[in-house]
Amino acid sequence: MAVEVDIKKNFGSFCLSMKFKSEDNRIGILGASGCGKTMTLRCIAGIETPDEGRIAIGNQVFFDSKKKINLPARDRNIGYLFQNYALFPNMNVETNIGIGIREKGAKKQEKVRELIRRFELHGLEKRYPSELSGGQQQRTALARILACDPGMILLDEPFSALDGFLKENLQEEMQETLKDYPGNVLMVSHSRDEIYRFSKRLLIMDQGKCLMEGNTREIFKHPVKRETARLTGCKNIASIKKTGEYEIWVLDWNLSLKTAEPVTDKHQYVGIRAHDLSESQKGEENTFLMEAAGETRAPFEKVYHLVRVEDGLEEQGNEKENSNHPGSKLSNKLWWKIPKNIEQAEEQETFPKYMMFPKEKLLLLE
Amino acid sequence: MGEIIAGLDWSPLFISLKTGVVATIFSFFLGIFAARKTLKAGPKMKALADGILTLPLVLPPTVAGFFLLLLFSRKRPLGIFLYENFDIKIVQSWAGCVIAASVIAFPLMYRNARAAFEQVDVNLVYAGRTLGMKEWEIFWKVIIPTAGPGIASGTILTFARALGEYGATSMLAGNIPGKTGTISQKIAMVIQDGDYATAGVWVVIIMLIAFFIVFAMNLFSARKIKTVKRW
Repeated sequence: MAVEVDIKKNFGSFCLSMKFKSEDNRIGILGASGCGKTMTLRCIAGIETPDEGRIAIGNQVFFDSKKKINLPARDRNIGYLFQNYALFPNMNVETNIGIGIREKGAKKQEKVRELIRRFELHGLEKRYPSELSGGQQQRTALARILACDPGMILLDEPFSALDGFLKENLQEEMQETLKDYPGNVLMVSHSRDEIYRFSKRLLIMDQGKCLMEGNTREIFKHPVKRETARLTGCKNIASIKKTGEYEIWVLDWNLSLKTAEPVTDKHQYVGIRAHDLSESQKGEENTFLMEAAGETRAPFEKVYHLVRVEDGLEEQGNEKENSNHPGSKLSNKLWWKIPKNIEQAEEQETFPKYMMFPKEKLLLLE
Repeated sequence: MGEIIAGLDWSPLFISLKTGVVATIFSFFLGIFAARKTLKAGPKMKALADGILTLPLVLPPTVAGFFLLLLFSRKRPLGIFLYENFDIKIVQSWAGCVIAASVIAFPLMYRNARAAFEQVDVNLVYAGRTLGMKEWEIFWKVIIPTAGPGIASGTILTFARALGEYGATSMLAGNIPGKTGTISQKIAMVIQDGDYATAGVWVVIIMLIAFFIVFAMNLFSARKIKTVKRW
């Protein structure tokens, strides 16, 4: 079913103005905290009312300010998974799941039993939400939503409250559960990993607006915009000056790069993902001598912060130049990540070394 | 001592209990209703409503009694209206006891209910709506039980306050033995007569009741917290 959203809501200091239309039934919204993702979901669910606009799923209109349509939340038949799951603390698992089921008596019992089986909650029927683990709470909340046979499911940062190990397991689990669900699922998150796994169609949100919309893989490959590159996890972004049709000068990094794509006037930034930098030889294209200005410990990666050193010049002169450069502390450092074995933990890279910026990996950004 | 107890007129106990129960029922529903309304009101309305609704708690009960007397006196419109149309007499009657006790005890219910409601996660309400529950269903099945301990202690305090009400009751309902003579009025009366022994018996009775109420309240809320862990 097509999801059509075109809404405006003014909060004084912040204005939500979201417009998108998608035919895909697995949609992800990626955005930084406070960009209006959750508010968008709430408007779709009918928890919040937009100032103006239209919300329609398939041919069912939920909200239309011109036609004065505003279906109450309870009639929209939308399943909403809250960030904190919002399980009713005074009801046990069984009652929580059964609360939204319209059928009565034996039929209801049957449905609850079926959901408890499906979500592997047996033995926990009589427990209260406070006596459940995070994962069990989430399963209960999902079961409660599916009990109502919703026409659409909205997931609001479903994994943000969980620890790493549980998070990955639950992401798998949720995907498995929702695999057979025929309706639309719209997920909101600030985590690129979650979104990448989950959604076929991706919306990038920034400051209350939809910045980009498209195929998820495609957007990760070609972020096009600076904010999109940042949200999809590109660590190295710097502003550029066009110096030729296929050439740019990067002020912060103090180097000049050849590009694969032609540079246009729209391009104002360049980005390169931390793992796309590679070791190389002197004299290769887009290759510069770099020194490690710092390093971060991570269990399965080596992470270095690189700065360029001029060939032939030894460190004194270079340091001076760097410290004079405004903002030299952070923005001119390049992140370089190399996967590693945990056994190799102590093995250090030697610096300075020649690093290549492969031109097909450069992201020209607006 | 035994003589005093044997010859005791027990009617004040029953009048007090009866008044307490009925006034608590009134205050319970009115308090919850008012709490819900003020929660939904805008900030200015809220401050105003809260001020008015809490007044009976902070004013001397005799002031409340004065206003009630003004309102229900059979020389005034409301009093005349009630008497002529429904044959209801508030002043110098048991109904007066209930009204006085309700008005004085109401703010306790209202304030406790409001505080309890404010603790309820608003997402629970939203969740209820998206699950297709009706507003009244959400209110009685989710909010009230979740706010349960607060509401329960509010109810018990309301009952305790209503049971011992003196100032407003004596002004509105008077002290008619067997009709409006509550325990607190009885104590005041017998002390004026210098009958300290009878007063003492009633003091012990009301202390026992009060202690039992607070004891029960603690027991109840402790059990409640055990089964419903709150965040």
